[in-house]
Amino acid sequence: MEKIERRQFIKLGLFSTAGILVGSFFAFAKTEKDIEVNSYEDLLKFDWGYIVDTTRCIGCGSCVRACKVENEVPEGYFRTWVERFEITKDETVYVDSPKGAIEGFNRDNAQTAEIVKAFFVPKLCNHCYDAPCIQVCPVGASYRSPDKVVLVDKEHCVGCGYCVQACPYGVRYINEEKGVADKCTLCYHRIQKGLAPACVNSCPRNARIYGNLKDPNSEINKVLHQRRYGLLKPDLGTNPKCFYIGLDKEVK
Amino acid sequence: MDTLSNYIFPNEFHITWTVMIVLYPYITGMVAGAFIVSSFYHVFNMEKLKTVARFALVSSLAFLLFATVPLLNHLGRPERAFYIMMTPNFSSAMSGFGFIYSFYMIIVVLEIWLSYRVEIIDKYNKSNGIVKFIYLVVLLGNANDNENTRRFDKRLVIALASFGIPVACILHGYVGFLFGSIKANPWWSTPLMFIIFIFSAIVSGLAVLIFLYQFVHWMRKRSIDQDCLDLMAKWLWGFMIIAVTLELMEVLSISYENTERWAILRQLIDGKLKLSYVYLQIGLFSIVPFIMLTITSLSKMKNTKVKNLTIWIASVMLLLQVLFMRWNVVIGGQLVSKSMRGFTEYFPGLWDKEGLIVSFLIILVPFVLLYLFDKVFPFFGEKSH
Ligand code: SF4
Ligand code: SF4
Repeated sequence: MEKIERRQFIKLGLFSTAGILVGSFFAFAKTEKDIEVNSYEDLLKFDWGYIVDTTRCIGCGSCVRACKVENEVPEGYFRTWVERFEITKDETVYVDSPKGAIEGFNRDNAQTAEIVKAFFVPKLCNHCYDAPCIQVCPVGASYRSPDKVVLVDKEHCVGCGYCVQACPYGVRYINEEKGVADKCTLCYHRIQKGLAPACVNSCPRNARIYGNLKDPNSEINKVLHQRRYGLLKPDLGTNPKCFYIGLDKEVK
Repeated sequence: MDTLSNYIFPNEFHITWTVMIVLYPYITGMVAGAFIVSSFYHVFNMEKLKTVARFALVSSLAFLLFATVPLLNHLGRPERAFYIMMTPNFSSAMSGFGFIYSFYMIIVVLEIWLSYRVEIIDKYNKSNGIVKFIYLVVLLGNANDNENTRRFDKRLVIALASFGIPVACILHGYVGFLFGSIKANPWWSTPLMFIIFIFSAIVSGLAVLIFLYQFVHWMRKRSIDQDCLDLMAKWLWGFMIIAVTLELMEVLSISYENTERWAILRQLIDGKLKLSYVYLQIGLFSIVPFIMLTITSLSKMKNTKVKNLTIWIASVMLLLQVLFMRWNVVIGGQLVSKSMRGFTEYFPGLWDKEGLIVSFLIILVPFVLLYLFDKVFPFFGEKSH
């Protein structure tokens, strides 16, 4: 009697263990399908690039507002902003970007002189190929993702601010609340799901284009093959990946 | 083309590195400078400097202990500070900081330990109970003292001191390199930066030693070792000439090259930095002490009281010169917008976390520490009245 009981008990134990194992394999297999995480190999097929068409921008500031909401950008700091250039008849350059143009622009900056040329230039992180911000980070918290987006590891950053100093474009800031460096991520959380970055999505004039530079048929490559473009501060050797169509020499 | 609007990028309204980062190179400068002075005595056998050699060494440690305080106070996440040694990214100029700093700390502590060993043994022999035990621990259990151990210790000190000179230069030159290697900043980016930092470090080290040495002797109404003071004053004179010349040469060459960079830096020097750079750093605190030290070094002043007072005032002024130099580099560089079209503003608040009162305290603490050390091991002999 005792023996049989024991045998039954062992049997029961074996079956239930097997059951749990098989069941959990199923369960895990299922969740694996549910979560959309691209594998490292998948990511290597991408090289995210960006185009700013300055000839199309109307300075409405939609992108700045969209970015602020999407990324909870703290008050007084910007992951993207829009600059306005006004060049007068006597060749004087007026530049401004009131509150990063989050409310757009209203009055002319040049009040007295006659403006002969004016245009808007949206700015954001260039996700440089040779990014000085990554080079100088003492703990390796600034890094390049396999799909070539420059990101900050918020769990690892010590908040020294060296990267803020090293970026020639002024796109980084220290998030005072979190004590870590912060900047444009190209809406990494969105592009992973195939969604456009918030700024691209919100631009009513299609002045912002993003896409995969490794894909020869992507829109971004088509535009880059058709149009002439410039880079910001190319002399600094940062090799930026944000291409500016219709870039004026006054823009730095 | 001119820009009329003072345009800065919207993220540049707050500067990233505050007065705390001004203090760091200031304090390490004194560390490196004081150490180099003590090494002059040990390595190059400058007997005249014997009076201040140990004092210089201990001062160096006192400042070194507090050099990281402003940095920690500034870090956004100070609790992660050790990541800099645990996960260093060696492409970063800053990543070597922890290692160089600790290495230097070890050298200084060892050297102090060796040069105070005889005194500690003496204290050990005279004390009992728990105090005796503490001294034994400090001595690492070895209270042997004889001709041989002394000779051996001396040799070790010389070896450490000679090894320490390049390390001190690296520690401080490296701080200069942190700034000089930032290509994004027109006011920082120059290969001369680290050399300028080394020389200004020696100036501040000598100046702080002269300042303290005379101050302590006046307070205690003791006679000053004139030979030693004269020598230090001459060295100070020489090194300040080199330091200031380098500082000016750098600006001269930028202005002569007359690239786009000068267009903005000219406005910086002529505008935001006019008071702190042109009038104070160069005008008042470089030229005046230069004249004073030229007189004390070259003329045979009979009245040593006047002479020593002149040297003392010059050393105080040079301490301020170096402080202004650090301010003008660290803060000045950040005032220039990377848009190259304007300037931002900065002045620390009085009570801020990174404000003036805190800065003042951080500078003061090493001096208090020196005072306490002097209570246990008097720097300039026991008979102090
Ligand atoms: S734009 Fe600045 S923050 Fe962005 S990758 Fe380049 S250097 Fe880094
Ligand atoms: S602030 Fe953070 S990301 Fe930037 S350099 Fe320092 S540790 Fe790296």
